Amino acid sequence: MAARRILPGFRLSVSWTVLYLAALVLVPLAACVLKASSLTAAEFFRAVWTDRAQAAYWLTLRTSLAASVIDCWLGLLLAWVLVRYEFPLKSVFDALVDLPFALPTAVAGLVYSNLYVEKGWLGQFLVPLGIKGAYSELAIVLVLSFIGLPFVVRTVQPVLESLDAEVEDAAACLGASRWFTFRRVILPPLYPALLTGFALTFARALGEYGSVVFVSGNMPFKTEIAPVLIVSRLEEFAYAEATAIAVVLLVASFAMLAVINLLERRVSRYGA
Amino acid sequence: MPAPERSLTLFFALLLLLAGCSGPSPEKAAGAPARLELLNVSYDPTRELWRDLNEAFVPLYKAETGVDLEIKQSHAASGSQARAIIDGLEADVATLSLWPDTDALRKQGLLREGWDDGLPNRSLPYTSTVVFVVRKGNPKAIKDWGDLVRPGTEIITPNPKTSGNGRLSLLAAWGSVVLRGGSEADARELLRKLYLQVPVLDTGARGATTTFAQKGIGDVHLAMESEAYLEVQESKGAVEIVYPSISILHEPHMTVVDKVVDQKGTRNAAEAYLKFLYTPAGQEIIAKHFFRPTDPDILAKHAGQFPTIELFPLSKISGSWDEAQKTFFAEGGIFDQIYHPASRGADK
Repeated sequence: MAARRILPGFRLSVSWTVLYLAALVLVPLAACVLKASSLTAAEFFRAVWTDRAQAAYWLTLRTSLAASVIDCWLGLLLAWVLVRYEFPLKSVFDALVDLPFALPTAVAGLVYSNLYVEKGWLGQFLVPLGIKGAYSELAIVLVLSFIGLPFVVRTVQPVLESLDAEVEDAAACLGASRWFTFRRVILPPLYPALLTGFALTFARALGEYGSVVFVSGNMPFKTEIAPVLIVSRLEEFAYAEATAIAVVLLVASFAMLAVINLLERRVSRYGA
Repeated sequence: MPAPERSLTLFFALLLLLAGCSGPSPEKAAGAPARLELLNVSYDPTRELWRDLNEAFVPLYKAETGVDLEIKQSHAASGSQARAIIDGLEADVATLSLWPDTDALRKQGLLREGWDDGLPNRSLPYTSTVVFVVRKGNPKAIKDWGDLVRPGTEIITPNPKTSGNGRLSLLAAWGSVVLRGGSEADARELLRKLYLQVPVLDTGARGATTTFAQKGIGDVHLAMESEAYLEVQESKGAVEIVYPSISILHEPHMTVVDKVVDQKGTRNAAEAYLKFLYTPAGQEIIAKHFFRPTDPDILAKHAGQFPTIELFPLSKISGSWDEAQKTFFAEGGIFDQIYHPASRGADK
């Protein structure tokens, strides 16, 4: 290394980083791909592209996308309130945001389905109106937005905090309406954070299993998500076929993250 | 010159000393250690059953052999337990729900060939079956399999793809047709209508019980007999059991995991443990937990609790479990065909 660095320990820390990344992330993922690659191309395709699997992919994709969009709005709103206003028990609210991370998702699924079934607290009012919040596609969207919410709040919050309120004052002084200020002054610097939150929520939702199995009803072709298919292949001891479906999800998730990353870079270039 | 002599004496002295050391405890050197640990890897609804059995067996074994046994239990869905053992969970005994789950261990070389003859009665200390649980007073008047598919009847049963209980229920429904003179097409039609009326396919048996008993969904729950009794007890009379005229014989085979016990040196204890299940004391505990004892005397004693209905083994409707798996549950099998939009379209 030519130049002396101000902070020592670059080599040490980078080698630990690489080691941990390899042991905790890369090796397990590689094992997953390796297991799936014990299939021939034709077998792989047959395993991942059945009618039922296709229905499950589209459902997983659809609901994850819907949940991520909802979370972007909801997360922005939550972050806004937490950053801009003072109110009693604010720190409690702030801590509550992280709860979906701590809660076993199966518990979330169980609670949601209990709430929205015909005899549940909310279900008794909603089901007569034709709103089925349990054992339907809507149910999947609901729990997926629950488990993903902290991602958006926690990525947007610090950026919002760093924004100068004076800029808004300046905008107001120059005669901008509130909506205009929000759209043209506040929102643009938030785009990268929002996108990150969106991507994280989406990737998380693609692989979510625990909560969804309890609320979705798991009806093939209707409310069966891809992770349930993986489990049902495992029950047949068809490891390779199960991991093949997992690889498809993994690739989809990775592609999504890559696209978002690209977008984010472009947005931040214009934003700055 | 005295040097080699001296070292020789030293050698013998040492040898004597060593012999003297091991002298006082000959039993220990020859026999088993005084403490042993066994791991019983089992399926979900047998948690309480095994707790009672362990409590009864441990003091008996201690009195007989002087060995302090500690028996650990592991419970989860049967299939995932089999996978855990395959992936390295060191189970001394495997007491899984379905034959294919145990046989998967053989396929991986953990069990010897012909493992299911290792214990009396084809390694079946008890059996069970699928029965109906209905709401109190049986408002939909459900008496037999044919009644399930009457319009407007909602059925709760777990997904056969992910649950052993679900698989048995499907096979029971199939058998109720083909063993009573119906054709395969009739059986297929019954299954198709039946699953059209299933509003929720839980992934496991306990999930289905929760859906039916706690969330109040459905008119009838296809449950294992032992689970059905627990459900009735838990619900304090809100649900009751209906016995169909015919159902499938559930055969949860048990086995010592050969590879593990030979490595750990626990074979004797593990075998004694499983043999205990066949003793009158073991069979009484089994009956108490609503599993059907295979000892005819004990079964007769509890006849009130186990009504005699026609119970057919899997072999009556399919050549083997492997074959059944392929026909009914594998990708593109009968269950998939039932759910394929093409076959459902007309009804919904």
